[in-house]
Amino acid sequence: MRHERKRSSIVTLMVIAAVAATATIAFMTIGARGNWSFVLPFRGVKLLALALVAYSIAVSTVLFQTITNNRILTPAIMGFDWLYMLLQTLLVFGLGAAATSAIDVRLMFVVEIGTMLAFSLVLYRFLFSGAVRDLHLLLLIGVVFGTLFRSLSGFLQRLIDPNDFVVLQDRLFASFNAVDPNLLMISALMVVGASAVGLRIFHTFDVMSLGRETAISLGVDHRRITMTVLALVAIFVSVSAALVGPVTFFGLLVANLAYILMPTAKHRYVLPAAILLAVICLVGGQTILERVFAFDTALSIVIEFAGGLFFIFYLLRGHAR
Amino acid sequence: MIEFSGVTKVYGSTTVVDDVTAQLPKGGITSIIGPNGAGKSTLLSMIARLIPCDRGTVLVDGLDVARTSGETLARRLSILRQDNHMTARLTVHDLVAFGRYPYSRGRITADDQAHIGRALGYLGLNDLGDRFLDELSGGQRQRAFVAMVLCQDTDYMLFDEPLNNLDIRHAVGMMKLLGNAARDFGKTVVVVLHDVNFASCYSNHIIVMRDGKLFLQGSPREIIRSETLEQTYGCPFEVQELGGNRIAVYYT
Repeated sequence: MRHERKRSSIVTLMVIAAVAATATIAFMTIGARGNWSFVLPFRGVKLLALALVAYSIAVSTVLFQTITNNRILTPAIMGFDWLYMLLQTLLVFGLGAAATSAIDVRLMFVVEIGTMLAFSLVLYRFLFSGAVRDLHLLLLIGVVFGTLFRSLSGFLQRLIDPNDFVVLQDRLFASFNAVDPNLLMISALMVVGASAVGLRIFHTFDVMSLGRETAISLGVDHRRITMTVLALVAIFVSVSAALVGPVTFFGLLVANLAYILMPTAKHRYVLPAAILLAVICLVGGQTILERVFAFDTALSIVIEFAGGLFFIFYLLRGHAR
Repeated sequence: MIEFSGVTKVYGSTTVVDDVTAQLPKGGITSIIGPNGAGKSTLLSMIARLIPCDRGTVLVDGLDVARTSGETLARRLSILRQDNHMTARLTVHDLVAFGRYPYSRGRITADDQAHIGRALGYLGLNDLGDRFLDELSGGQRQRAFVAMVLCQDTDYMLFDEPLNNLDIRHAVGMMKLLGNAARDFGKTVVVVLHDVNFASCYSNHIIVMRDGKLFLQGSPREIIRSETLEQTYGCPFEVQELGGNRIAVYYT
């Protein structure tokens, strides 16, 4: 039966991978008229962006839920995305839209990731080194911070010059159509680097999901792994927020779908499943949107709607622990 | 041998464990008893490095638990806490297999597989190996966690109230099993117990904690006496000898 479960995990994973591949091929080819040498690079850039976002959101959510031992709170719900929003607002507020647009996007991106990283490390170092070991308190603090960031940026946005505000709004709304290709290269590099670090500590993830005490008893340096994973999460969140803006419930949706679909809790299977499901949702969704609805609606709205419903359903089912 | 000296834990203005110094003998079962809030579990957690000591040091076979790498310690000392809540959906076999992590880092070898099978058999879980933990009764789940600790195969095994959730048959079975592990494989078992009679009948050494301090220690014969128990718990006790064991009667 153990082997059956292993086999059914692999089969499920292969089915998900096949659907993801189909979605990718559909995205690249359907409705392509004219010169392929134009169509393929044009769509390829967009596909790469979607894949990077899917990967970042899926990995950051699953790892975050592993180290915090819950299945309902995600980096996005904890306010990481809102911090990114606040940073953007602060920039436009302080420098004005014209000056902000003039800065090299790549430079700005590095600065933003640095700030996100510093924030998460300061917050968690302070909390983990003190007497406070309660993750629930930590999560509560995160939710409060999220609200603070959102309120602060809301306040600043009311003070901003209306012309600047239009520019800002354009940057903040999640949009899978207006991905900045300049950012792609550096985002891809960041994601590859972070993944390499993640791979080195991959063997600890299953043990981390057993909870702090069991993990320590089994010889895992719980504090070091927690810090490392939080740093990785900060990088992944920055990448996805920079490419498409804040997406609140998407991570929750794909992570929990992966937990439900996979018959095992092992990260070896759950992580790839979450990534592939995210690719299916984003790439498949974008294809349907472009070809069926002819850009009538924004993909993020559809995904957030589904994710939000799922969140409420999950709360009502009593899975929030 | 586990030695600790001057071990102290303070939460705010409350000193939970106050300057405790003791040596736990190698081999056999050592029970820690005492009233609620005496600091038993906190002391056990500090020995197992789950909570850092505010003052004092804990040495396991001469290794300082605060400085030694987690990996090294995980092959010498294991702990099972009281409430083991888990978000991941695991089978009994998966859980027990985690006991081999300090040796194999998640890549289960044939040798690990043998350990897992032995641990499952030891706790009578052979038929439940493929069941999910959330499908089990409290007692079965408790036994699965104990199997994981056995599978970790450490010289020192620490249990915080291992008899929780167990009915009388399984509670007695658990204490006998720990006693066998101590005798047959030379393991050192440290348990926090609430029932003084379990401590009296199955342990080789008893440590009594009161108000965060080490109150008394000694053999069951020395500790299970009406005066000492009355001083410890603050209620009347009558101790009788039954079949070679000292039994405390406190239903007054």
